[in-house]
Amino acid sequence: MASEEEKKAVFDAESAKEVVKELRASFAAGKTKSYEWRSTQLNAMLKMMEENEPQIIAALRDDLSKPELESSIYEIAMVKSSCTVALKKMKHWMMPEKAKTSLITFPSSAEIVSEPLGVVLVISAWNYPFLLSLDPVIGAIAAGNAVVLKPSEIAPATSSLLARLAADYLDRSCIKVVEGAVPETSALLEQKWDKILYTGNGRIARIVMAAAAKHLTPVVLELGGKCPVIVDSDINLQVATRRIIAGKWGCNNGQACVSPDYIITTKNYAQKLVDSFKCELERFYGKNPLESKDLSRIVNSNHFARLSKLLDEDKVSSKIVHGGERDEANLRIAPTILLDVPQDSLIMTEEIFGPLLPIILVHKVEDSLDVINSSGTKPLAAYLFTNNKKLKEKFVATVSAGGLVVNDTTVHLAEHTLPFGGVGDSGMGAYHGKFSFDTFSHKKAVLYRGFAGDAFVRYPPYSRGKLRLLQALFNGSFLGIIRALLGWSKS
Amino acid sequence: MEKDLGREIMEMRECYRNGNTKPMSWRRSQLQALRSFLQDYEVPIFRALNLDLGKHYVEAFRDEVGLLKKSVNLALNDLKRWMTSTGAKLPIIALLSSAELVPEPLGLVLVISPWNFPLGLSLEPLIGAIAAGNAVVLKPSELAPACSSLLANTLPKYLDNQAIKVFEGGPAVGQQLLQQKWDKIFFTGSAKVGRIVMSEAAKNLTPVTLELGEKCPAVLDSLSWSFDKEVAIKRIIGAKYGSCAGQACISIDYVLVEKSFSSTVVDMMKAMIKTMYGDNPRESHSVARIINKHHFLRLKNLITDPNVKDCIVFGGSMDEDNLYIEPTILVNPPLESAIMTEEIFGPLLPIITLDKIEDSIDFIKKRPKPLAVYAFTKNEDLRKRMVSETSSGSVVFNDAIVQFAADTIPFGGIGESGMGKYHGKFTFDTFTHYKAVARRSFFTDFWYRFPPWNNHKLELLEDSYNFDYFGLLLVILGLKRSRKTFHVN
Repeated sequence: MASEEEKKAVFDAESAKEVVKELRASFAAGKTKSYEWRSTQLNAMLKMMEENEPQIIAALRDDLSKPELESSIYEIAMVKSSCTVALKKMKHWMMPEKAKTSLITFPSSAEIVSEPLGVVLVISAWNYPFLLSLDPVIGAIAAGNAVVLKPSEIAPATSSLLARLAADYLDRSCIKVVEGAVPETSALLEQKWDKILYTGNGRIARIVMAAAAKHLTPVVLELGGKCPVIVDSDINLQVATRRIIAGKWGCNNGQACVSPDYIITTKNYAQKLVDSFKCELERFYGKNPLESKDLSRIVNSNHFARLSKLLDEDKVSSKIVHGGERDEANLRIAPTILLDVPQDSLIMTEEIFGPLLPIILVHKVEDSLDVINSSGTKPLAAYLFTNNKKLKEKFVATVSAGGLVVNDTTVHLAEHTLPFGGVGDSGMGAYHGKFSFDTFSHKKAVLYRGFAGDAFVRYPPYSRGKLRLLQALFNGSFLGIIRALLGWSKS
Repeated sequence: MEKDLGREIMEMRECYRNGNTKPMSWRRSQLQALRSFLQDYEVPIFRALNLDLGKHYVEAFRDEVGLLKKSVNLALNDLKRWMTSTGAKLPIIALLSSAELVPEPLGLVLVISPWNFPLGLSLEPLIGAIAAGNAVVLKPSELAPACSSLLANTLPKYLDNQAIKVFEGGPAVGQQLLQQKWDKIFFTGSAKVGRIVMSEAAKNLTPVTLELGEKCPAVLDSLSWSFDKEVAIKRIIGAKYGSCAGQACISIDYVLVEKSFSSTVVDMMKAMIKTMYGDNPRESHSVARIINKHHFLRLKNLITDPNVKDCIVFGGSMDEDNLYIEPTILVNPPLESAIMTEEIFGPLLPIITLDKIEDSIDFIKKRPKPLAVYAFTKNEDLRKRMVSETSSGSVVFNDAIVQFAADTIPFGGIGESGMGKYHGKFTFDTFTHYKAVARRSFFTDFWYRFPPWNNHKLELLEDSYNFDYFGLLLVILGLKRSRKTFHVN
């Protein structure tokens, strides 16, 4: 039957070309430009989230065994919140921004106009498959672009749900979901886009940027890294521990780009910290965390094998002080803490992206800054728990990362007035809130001049007198101009 | 040589890591030193520009030295403000948290500059990179050798040699530099090389700013006032031939005009060229030279085709020995000819006639997005349509090239004409990472953030995320129950 054939049809470069062609035509026809279109789409997306919550939660459960609450809050609520913020502020964001003008272009007026880039590509990840697909798309729509979304094939239930919902709720001639894996993504990357926003890992990011370079397409790359947590002594240990647990195992079981990756603390404090973790972990997840419904599973057997390898390394396996239990059939690994692992071990050189938490020990807490800075890469986020004002200041001044949080973990993501993005190996560009709108806009400078007020000094024939006047003009000094006109300034 | 380069760059990275370039005092001292350089070496700079490009010293001041002095003064004046963190507004639910954006340098950056404004396009990015606290390597263009060696030999006398270096050389040196790891690459030049730069940058996930080119059109509407016509023609002629003889990324490439107006335009242009450059423009020494034989021959080829040659209505003479091409005007060369499909980058000005001036919008839309669109018109509707229906780096009404001097509006391209922007504070921003910093106290803790989960906590979280404080209060007081009942798996 026709639909079976369609399903089997390969999405190749030709198909990708057709998709882009269609979207370009829609964009050229001006469909996505109006405020009305943008707000209709965003409202439709809100409705889509509201009317399909159980299905979304079910898909996330299928793909990741994600606890309902995490799905509701970290995916659905965050997407809704993004839509709401965009709907509320879009009119204001769309307005041109007046710019001051100086004596050099006097008389003139200037403004910066936000215009859509055109047809953009969003490639999202498997760990927050709804959020990381729709959040960028919201920005693209708010900025007036046509969008293609390529969700991750590693979260297939969510991918196909997104494809179905988008087709049902959103404007199909301007917003499309293309499902698939490497071949489909490669076909898409061969096309010319006006922007690509990619969320994922550094290896694929290099491929995305190299493909973009052929078409001079600007990119936003949201990557990862090892997000360190420095834990000082003399803090409210219980609160700190809970916040670290919430950011680590409470975020897709450590499979999040901003999850705390490893902890640095002083030798003297380590035991207290470990004990606090043991206590709070049991409070949250019970005595048998492998069976807790409040923890996501490991996404697939590849990642399970990868994480097992990290645990099984000789110099590391003896350092487990809590957890370590595994259930391969159900792809579950219990919250695991390791103490004093060697810095050259695999678990300390690769991004963990899982429920394993190594603790590195230092003599005094200030040394932890050196540990982070000498790692050679800048993470997406870095965290510090302390009451020491000087340490806070030094941390902010010397640790370079996408974002920093003092006395909590991951909360900065929910704050739409803060740009979310990396630096160096953790990425380039940022989004969330107005930053999403800006990242999908071209800020066009518009300068209005009249015909009056022509500075004859600009034109040939050139002379020393004109030079003096130009010098005075650039200095912005009226007196200088008068002096030059009267021939009084030195040449 | 290669090992040396790698070693020198590693040393620069060490220098940056030691924090040498971060303090405001260092940045200030370097900017002041640059200012002194521009003052002390003004005459040698004019000489070098004249040697490399035949630029008249007034043009050199207007387009390069003067602008640089202005930029360095702006950076010195505003440095403190630029370096200050800005607070981000937080919703009330965040309670005792604070959030700010902290500007920090990217690290070790590479600036590659072109031959047409060899001082300006080298030092303008350098000023911003220094203001932002980075260590910088500058690779000036080998096609402007006098300027390149002036920079290489003199800047070390003024600037901190450990943190700021100039590497001279051609494509081989450029290639070697591109293979190093940078925290940012700022490239000004052609789209072809821009692609190479970005491809190399991709290997290290290095962000790039590419300032490229494309054919910048000037739309000339029929203006009724003769004063306006004079000024418009003057500005067009000045922008075409007066800025490096049309070898500028923002030069007017071609003019679009209504058929009925075109002969007036051509006559006025001829007269204006005479006024500005005399009967023999070469003798005025006010028109820059073509940079080298390669480009001279490229331009010569553009008018070799008899179909194009026949369209010349003024000028056309070329002196290969002196690399001089006189200001030339053509009317309606074939649209498929190279002169209308490639960026001209020279003193040849095609005038294309249209039935009505509004057709210019479609004409421009069909072509790659340029760095600038110029429109000389008083028609409010046409202006609005120009801004909303065409796309370009910038739009300038009733003038050309001056947008380069403005430091409150961003200067950069889109699509084929580039990515990223600079000038004024935008340069500082382009070399800065705005780090988000959020602070919380230990006191406020939303107990419902943590598992074990239940519907009550869900309701609380939802209301929090919706900033529904009243709803939140009701739930806490037990006066509102969850509308939904999930099947907690």
